[in-house]
Amino acid sequence: MKEAVRSEGAGAGAVPLLEVEHLTMRFGGLLAINDVSFVAADREITAIIGPNGAGKTTVFNCLTGFYEPTIGRLVLNHPRRGRFLLERMEGHLIPAKAGVARTFQNIRLFGAMSVLENLIVAQHNVLMRASGFSLAGLIGLPRYGRAEAKAVEKAKYWLDRVNLTARADDPAASLPYGDQRRLEIARAMCIDPVLLCLDEPAAGLNPRESGDLNKLLLDIRSEHEIGLLLIEHDMTVVMGISDHVVVLDYGRKIAEGTPAEIRTDPAVIRAYLGEEEDEELPEDVAHDIAVKREEG
Amino acid sequence: MAKAPAPRFDVAAALKEASLTAFVMFALSAGIVGFHTVDVPGGLAIETRFAAVAAVTVLGFFGRLALILLRCGRPYPVLAITVPLAALWFAALLADRLLPAELGQRLQVALPFADVVVNWIVALTALGFAIRAVWMLRHTGASAQTVLDRDAAMERFAARVSQASRYIGPALLAVAVVFPLLVFAPESPWLPKVDRRLLDIGILVATYVMLGWGLNIVVGLAGLLDLGYVAFYAVGAYSYALLATHFGLGFWTCLPFAGLMAAVAGMLLGFPVLRLRGDYLAIVTLGFGEMIRVILLNWYEFTKGPDGISGIPRPTFFGLPFTRTAEGGGETFYSFFNLSYSPTDRIIFLYYLILALALITNLFTLRIRKLPVGRAWEALREDEIACRSLGINPRNTKLTAFSIGAMFAGFAGSFFATRQGFISPESFTFIESAVILAIVVLGGFGSQIGIVLAAILLIGLPEFFRELQQYRMLAFGAAMVLIMLWRPRGLLAFREPTLRLHKTRPGAAAGTRAGEAAR
Repeated sequence: MKEAVRSEGAGAGAVPLLEVEHLTMRFGGLLAINDVSFVAADREITAIIGPNGAGKTTVFNCLTGFYEPTIGRLVLNHPRRGRFLLERMEGHLIPAKAGVARTFQNIRLFGAMSVLENLIVAQHNVLMRASGFSLAGLIGLPRYGRAEAKAVEKAKYWLDRVNLTARADDPAASLPYGDQRRLEIARAMCIDPVLLCLDEPAAGLNPRESGDLNKLLLDIRSEHEIGLLLIEHDMTVVMGISDHVVVLDYGRKIAEGTPAEIRTDPAVIRAYLGEEEDEELPEDVAHDIAVKREEG
Repeated sequence: MAKAPAPRFDVAAALKEASLTAFVMFALSAGIVGFHTVDVPGGLAIETRFAAVAAVTVLGFFGRLALILLRCGRPYPVLAITVPLAALWFAALLADRLLPAELGQRLQVALPFADVVVNWIVALTALGFAIRAVWMLRHTGASAQTVLDRDAAMERFAARVSQASRYIGPALLAVAVVFPLLVFAPESPWLPKVDRRLLDIGILVATYVMLGWGLNIVVGLAGLLDLGYVAFYAVGAYSYALLATHFGLGFWTCLPFAGLMAAVAGMLLGFPVLRLRGDYLAIVTLGFGEMIRVILLNWYEFTKGPDGISGIPRPTFFGLPFTRTAEGGGETFYSFFNLSYSPTDRIIFLYYLILALALITNLFTLRIRKLPVGRAWEALREDEIACRSLGINPRNTKLTAFSIGAMFAGFAGSFFATRQGFISPESFTFIESAVILAIVVLGGFGSQIGIVLAAILLIGLPEFFRELQQYRMLAFGAAMVLIMLWRPRGLLAFREPTLRLHKTRPGAAAGTRAGEAAR
């Protein structure tokens, strides 16, 4: 049933972009992730939700090479470059070769560097090759100049997309919080990813900013034809834009499905609200549950 | 801007605070200043200097009182006391230079303290408070500048210097190029007198400027705190000394080798410290620096240990030696250019040599900052985890920073060997690393001009005040404390982006209108 949900969006027979199989992560005696499997389809937004400490960020850290999973396989099917086993790759090769970009829960920008420089650093590997590993660049060959101009063009495009063109030359640390969040997304997009992993992109944003973020993410998905993996607490974001939701609790996957399915799933409601659920539910959710009960 | 009103002056509280300060001063100075060991025939004896302790304690009391007065917005009593005090003391101290010798000496005897340095401290403290009080009078209403205002003002100043460095840089360079030629200038009251001693100081400062610029790659750009930088300096020096004395190779042949060897040593250091950051990295690099020195000291068959290596060949002008007569009857620099022999020429040549090497380091740094490697170094300094998530290989990036920084130390080291003609492990102690690091920190991380100024301050000035040699480390420490209090990122720390999108800054976040077309 879950497989069917996935292939609905990606088209029948398509290979999923990311396959997470039996992922288990143990830190000493703590079982942070316990046998979690799910798939994320290309050109879809997959959200991972769950209460605090459920292991969401740990999944991200395994995917992006910061942790080596205890057990499990992480397969990324790159549309152009083929198949990558992420759990066996060195951390920095995952973005460089497999095209997996990520943002961080606590924003990690290069604070002292300018906004523009942040986006240029993201294109490091392309520029490094163009500069002949610095030798051609040192003697000032025009090849590097052209590559840098191209990199600036790309940075300009993303600055425009996230409305930061006016602040391009200011230090990244001087931006307001919401701008920093958007800049981090733009920076991640500058590596030309096929899978963009966003760790709580809406955290700390006001409702208007969070609405803009939704639009940006939807646009990225449709225009750049990439898959998005999203950790989020803000349910308006999750329910509003995700195509597929995976719910974790205490390191286990407790549910998976479309947003509509998830919001009425009894296991999810239990995890979020405890056993005595009904009176605390928002009205629309309570209504959905009632409808579902009538049906089933 | 709104200022908090000055606090009321409370005599009892002020006296209490001042007494406490005096007590701290007394406790600190009684042991350190009060007793002094002197050599007497048959052993050591203790000399007491209670007058100095008393002076320091009283100074602490009145200094604190003056600070409290200033804090409460009452500059007049401070002025009334400090101005005459400073005037008297300076007059007495400088009397023998300003007045006829006989009268001056009589005045100088009138100074209350036997120790000249104590008198100077009194005079400078009084002057400092007087300046502070005058400054306060000019900014009436502002009881005390807030820390934020001061930081903002300093930031603006650093930004202005950074923009002006387009002019300051070439100007400094012109001075540096012309300065040794003044040796040949005729005696004239308008030109400073340049002699061999001044040239030697120039060479020393230029060497430290080069080392500072080299270490700046590692510490300033890549943010890797390296406390063992002198190790690479030693590797470069010994590479040249050993190659030259064993195989008779010339300076110019050995220079690239020395750089290469130092770069390899940088790699060797780099590998084990790849996973370390901050304090841990600093400790390992400190250990590495000591290891190199201890190896040089104990591997007697190879390095001649504490005896050092002597008879290191002097540099030649592309094969032409700076000697009166050439060995084996070849050409010398003088015979080739038809000049008469002068030993100063060799010093001038050495000066230009180190100047050129330093400038190469500078140009390299300025250039590589705008290349992907340089930006990756800076990104690594800002956030290593984010670097990894963008596909930057942290291992290679760190290793290039370590080895390129080390390479320049190696070049400087082989220059040091050829200039001295003799090297021993004593020249490469931890204190050298500390001085080079202090130059980088004082100048402002990443500021090329700042490093030049810091090298002049820390290396050049002490050479001029050799009489005060024993107070050098004291002044050094005091300078570092002040810098860390007032400007923790260094004197001229101001980062100009490596590339700009807009010609002029619409945001102007730093409160400055930056120069148009900065690059």
